[in-house]
Amino acid sequence: MRGLTASALSKLLWVLLPIVVLAALSVGTIDIPVSAIIQRTMNLVLGQAGAPIKDDYLSAVIFDIRLPRIILAFLVGAILAISGAVMQGLFRNPLAAPSLIGVSSGASVGASVVIVFAGSMLQFHSIIGLSLVACGAFIGSFLVTLFVYRLSTSTLGTSVTTMLLTGLAVSALAGALNSLLSYFADNEMLRQISIWQMGNLSTANWSRVIIIGAVGLVVLVLFPRDSKALNALLLGESEARHLGIDVQKVKRRLIILTTLGVGVSVAIAGMIGFVGLVVPHIVRLLIGPDHRSLLPVSALAGGILLVIADTVARVIISPTELPTGILTALLGAPLFILLLTHQRKASTIWP
Amino acid sequence: MALVAENISLYLSGFNILRNINLSISAGKVTAIVGPNGAGKSTLIKVLSGDILPTSGGVLLNDKKLDRWPLEQRAKTMSVLPQHSSLDFPFTASEVVSLGRIPHQTGVQKDNEIVKEALDLVDASYLKSRFFTQMSGGEKQRVQLARVLAQIWEKEVYGEQFLVLDEPTASLDLSHQMLTVKVVTDLAKQGVGVVMVIHDLNLAASCADHIVVFDKGIIAATGQPDQVLNQELIGKVFGINPVIISHPNTGKPLVFS
Repeated sequence: MRGLTASALSKLLWVLLPIVVLAALSVGTIDIPVSAIIQRTMNLVLGQAGAPIKDDYLSAVIFDIRLPRIILAFLVGAILAISGAVMQGLFRNPLAAPSLIGVSSGASVGASVVIVFAGSMLQFHSIIGLSLVACGAFIGSFLVTLFVYRLSTSTLGTSVTTMLLTGLAVSALAGALNSLLSYFADNEMLRQISIWQMGNLSTANWSRVIIIGAVGLVVLVLFPRDSKALNALLLGESEARHLGIDVQKVKRRLIILTTLGVGVSVAIAGMIGFVGLVVPHIVRLLIGPDHRSLLPVSALAGGILLVIADTVARVIISPTELPTGILTALLGAPLFILLLTHQRKASTIWP
Repeated sequence: MALVAENISLYLSGFNILRNINLSISAGKVTAIVGPNGAGKSTLIKVLSGDILPTSGGVLLNDKKLDRWPLEQRAKTMSVLPQHSSLDFPFTASEVVSLGRIPHQTGVQKDNEIVKEALDLVDASYLKSRFFTQMSGGEKQRVQLARVLAQIWEKEVYGEQFLVLDEPTASLDLSHQMLTVKVVTDLAKQGVGVVMVIHDLNLAASCADHIVVFDKGIIAATGQPDQVLNQELIGKVFGINPVIISHPNTGKPLVFS
């Protein structure tokens, strides 16, 4: 039997979301009481209704530092989780992840190239609020995914098996390029490369929130429209075609959207591991593989999880903070191993 | 109207898999395709259902070329059960069967009724909440059959409907083989054209209006069961020395090796 119904889990998460957000706003290097948060929110919403507070640094902490970071974390987590769910459906493999098609490795090379070759300009240049490194990462992820997609597409359509293998090979190549770049980098560059790769949300600001918000809107609205097609694809590609699905079009659309969503997420937040792999996997164990509920619930759960992880990363060694990517990997990897062993045990009963 | 293979040939990696096949599957009839392993039966089924494009020739569905059909209309007109269905995700039987309703816009309530009736029809109601991944081979096969039945459950406006089955009885026990045969013949009586690959010659003889004997990529013989299932032909195609008698109750031919 399944652990929960989709609507029960969804309700649970919607109740959890405001609690998590309030908690994340409240804790940090300075703790802000919830009452102060509510009061300042009311002030902001109702204009001058409350008494104005002079030089209110708490407002600045809440609205200029913590809130954009929380929204950023939520959106990145939601995009990574929903993309993971889509990739697992498309590849018909519950252990697939968005990084399979080369998005992350491409981003990593793109970022390294910018850090090594444009290091001196890094502090001074930015494009619409994004650092050069983020732009490099996005371009890298897009080029590599395009390459992988092209290699796996013939006149017969796109072979997801070839794509999986090509993605693997290209990721290895990207790893080698990365090592090569690191070899020629100086100490400061090396530090920047490794910090970028750890994944970090501390650079959050409102302009970044707007960028990821726009991308998130596109991805979160368009993915669920292919839920039925993804359900049919679980039966196999020719079965899906016999059910009236234009498989090639659906594949292309899903790969483009994944590249867009994950590419932008990785560009802004760096490598945040395991959210895209573990969240949809756990949600599927709880509510089943029907994408009509799996996609939205995964997005919600991924968003909440990354807000929690980022908050813990902020406070665990306060006053400094851990890169978020380290924390998700620390939490995600053992959880994943647990799931694998659990599945193996289950499969010995049901071969 | 019919599902027609027009002079189909298929070359793959230097081999003639299919050679100049002309075949017409009539609506309201059961057509069984028999033949030894590797004869090209499944390949023919894949060409008929549009999975493989033939090197030359074409397939007509209700007088319209198969690749000219809009996919959704085609899905409402022709339903296909492949030989192997690998579904590794834990859908319940009801959910698997409801996938057959994807091309339709009949609403959840109507779809649920159809799913229930389709599961009843193949004696799989007791599986409705069980996970597909935990079923036996025969149970999986019946659930998949229910799925393709649900897909063409009601008459559509695009002409006669067709059901294409590749070895639907392969892993079924005797009683469920008989049940499948009954379901298929009942469907044909309602006007659906059924074409299936089947290995059991006696099962084919018991339900088919036409039998197509396939050998090395060509049609060796075609006709009614008692015309086709004769000692000389079966002996030659399968390389055996068969004994063929008449079924004491039905009069249909029975083949013993």
